[in-house]
This record gives sequence, structure tokens and C-alpha cells, in this order.
Amino acid sequence: MRTISTDIIIQNIKEMCIEANYKLASDVEERVRGAKLSEESILGKQILGQLSENLDIAVSDNIPICQDTGMAIIFVKIGQEVHIEGVNLEDAINEGIRQGYEEGYLRKSVVSDPLIRLNTKDNTPGIIHYEIVPGDRLELTVAPKGFGSENMSRIYMLKPSDGVNGVKQAVLETVKLAGPNACPPIVVGVGIGGSFEKSALLSKKALTRNMNQPSPKEHIRKLEEELLVEINQLGIGPGGLGGKITALGVNIETYPTHIAGLPVAINICCHVNRHVNRIL
Amino acid sequence: MDRYITTPLTIQKVEELQAGDYVYITGTIFTARDAAHQRMYESMLQGGEIPIELQDNIIYYLGPTPEREGQVIGSAGPTTSSRMDKYTPMLLEQGLKGMIGKGKRNNEVIASMVKNKAVYFAAVGGAGALLSKKIKESKVIAYDDLGTEAIRELYVEEFPVIVVVDSQGNNLYEIVMQKC
Repeated sequence: MRTISTDIIIQNIKEMCIEANYKLASDVEERVRGAKLSEESILGKQILGQLSENLDIAVSDNIPICQDTGMAIIFVKIGQEVHIEGVNLEDAINEGIRQGYEEGYLRKSVVSDPLIRLNTKDNTPGIIHYEIVPGDRLELTVAPKGFGSENMSRIYMLKPSDGVNGVKQAVLETVKLAGPNACPPIVVGVGIGGSFEKSALLSKKALTRNMNQPSPKEHIRKLEEELLVEINQLGIGPGGLGGKITALGVNIETYPTHIAGLPVAINICCHVNRHVNRIL
Repeated sequence: MDRYITTPLTIQKVEELQAGDYVYITGTIFTARDAAHQRMYESMLQGGEIPIELQDNIIYYLGPTPEREGQVIGSAGPTTSSRMDKYTPMLLEQGLKGMIGKGKRNNEVIASMVKNKAVYFAAVGGAGALLSKKIKESKVIAYDDLGTEAIRELYVEEFPVIVVVDSQGNNLYEIVMQKC
């Protein structure tokens, strides 16, 4: 048994919320900056240039990359030999979010009830996904998610006979419908398999994966590559104003599914694809 | 083409702007997003007053991050405009001449823009740090209780936007999507 205090968890969640909103992970940053070289549209190049400049100003002037500093999505992998000491774990995570959003000058974008819609004024609660894994470590991923792109995400319950072409069609249709709304260039997270809710969770998880680490499964890696090419042939371009660079990457996660089903979830993220990972 | 305009956005200025123009705006503009729109809309439906003058003005769909000491405003990029579609025709009827946001508008909004001679601009989504540098003054003037969604009066200098829908109804997004 290894003991981890919730004080340490609060501190880390706080720092990760702030870090995620001011500095992109290197794989995402490389692709945003690199996109300008491949873009041919003049307006597209201009927009991509502004996005690079925006990343510079965020760091130099201490201003969040985007004003939508997101709802805090937290993935927690708890080693089954870890003992958590202190307050309730969920309360600790929300306390970390509360402190991070306050001390980091981040926007409070959460309402307490989806219909009554009163702002909770501290960006809590976060959305927390737990997983119990072997070992004595605690792995945290903080992924603040903006809703301009979240609103353009979709789930399809395809038939097994729809196969890989059906999956491709679903992804391309979703990207087309998102058009300029999701702040292209986008990152596309796809979850294939599982059940209705599992596919959605996989698609979110896919967004947190390093884009330079393709799927270890050969046929899925191929699908990721083909989809990126086909999405970038749509012509939506930076800002939705035309061009070659509509997406920076496509990450796919899969899970076994039922003999009758082929769930496909597409979680769209803007170019500000934020995620910070720490292992305690 | 590149154009430099100053507010107020009179009908003459509106009519010169064409879809695809890159425009730098200087002058006073107002912010309002979901909750402020809903409140103005409900007030107008009941024949009440709203806290901003709409005639020849521009609304920027923005909810910024809090500013640090010494900063005018925090991160300040556009939010998705379509959520304001329900409320927009009524504002256009009252003289609103420009909107800054990102993403598509519905047919009712575009028809009302043509009828009332107004223009829809897009700012670059996700460039909130960069855009904040173009905002020189900011103060909350109404609906303070809405936090980030309060109405702010901003003074902007050469704020960069692109004309997406002009007052004839030409729509740059449509032109792009038709090629998809």
C-alpha cells in the first residue's frame, strides 16, 4: 500500500488546470505552428499565423490561450495499491479545480442546473472519470474542454454491415456539419465500439492522446491516417473560411462491442486541444 | 480587400462592406452573449428598456476570462454565434448594424440582416490572447450579476475581423461549404 494525501491531489489538479490553459502540449503546439507551412489559402495562412502569435502572447503576457477555459474533464487512474488519505477524493478534485480556476484567472463557465442555469462561479463541478488499474500510482489527466466544439460532437449507432466505410462517413459528416463553428483547424477524437456511453468516453479519451503516437492497432492507425487526409480534402480550412488544413489530427480509440452493434462517437475539439498528464 | 472602419457603423459604411473583406474596427463596441441576449430579448418582449443603444452599433459575442491586475481584459475571443440567432432579428429591427462572432447564422438572421442592412463579422476563434491586445478599454455597464456574461462596453483599436455575411446576404461560409 502506498499512501497519497488529498492535499497533494488538490495542489496538482490546481496546477494542471492553470498549465493546460496557458500552454499547449508540445504535440498540439507543433501541429498548430506547422499547419501554416502546408496551408495554401492566403486567408488560411493569415489565420494560422494569428494562432501561432496567440500561443506566444498567451505565454508572454500571461493570458489564457482561449477565453473558453472549458469545463474541467478529469481522468483518474487509481492504482489498486494506492490508499488515499484526507478528504473525499471527488471533493479534493473539485477543490483543485476551484483553486486553479480562481488563482489562474480562468473563466467560470459552469451552471449548476442545465435548465435553471445559474453559474456556480468557481467552475465546479468537474467531470471526473475513474479507472482502477494495477500498481501503486495515481495518474491524473486534466483536459479543459471548450463547448464551441463540444456542441458539434455526435454519436452514431451504426449497423455492423456499415463497416469501416460507415465509420468514415459518420466522421466526415460530423466534421462537415461542424464547419466553421468548432474553430477549425480541429482535432478529431473518435471512439468506436463498446456501448452508447462507452464510445463517447473513448472519443474524449482519444483527444487526450499524443497525436504523435498513432493507434498501436495497424488497421486503426491506417484509418486515422486516411480520415485525416479525407477531412483535409473537404476544404473547410482554418476558421471555416476555406483551405487545406481543416484538422490537425485524428485519434481513434476502440473497445470490443456487441454482435449487433457498431457505436461510433465523434468528439470534436478546436485547435486549443488542452490536456496535461501527471503521475503521482 | 483590407478595410479600416470606425464605429458608429452607419448604413453607408455597412453597404461598402463585402463578404470576404478583412476589416480592422476602431471605436466603441458592446459585448453580449447567451444570458445577456436572453435578458434583453425578454425585456424587449415586455416593452421594457435595454441597457445599450443598438442604433448603428456592434455587438461582440464574448465572455472574457477575468483580467489580472494591469490588464484591460482577459482572453477575449468570439463565441459561437448561432446560439444568439433566436434573439438577433429583434435586435436588428432596433437598429443593430454589426455582430462579431464565429460560425454559421440561420436564414432568419440573414434575411433580417438584408432587410435591415447589417453585417456579420467573424473573429478568429481560439485567438483570445491575441484579440485581447486590441481591446484598449473595458467596463461592465449592465447585468453585472451575469459574471463573464455581463454586458461590457469596449474600446477597440484595429480589431481584426472578416466579413462573413454582408448586407446583400452574400455568405462566405456558404461559398466555402458549397465546394465541400
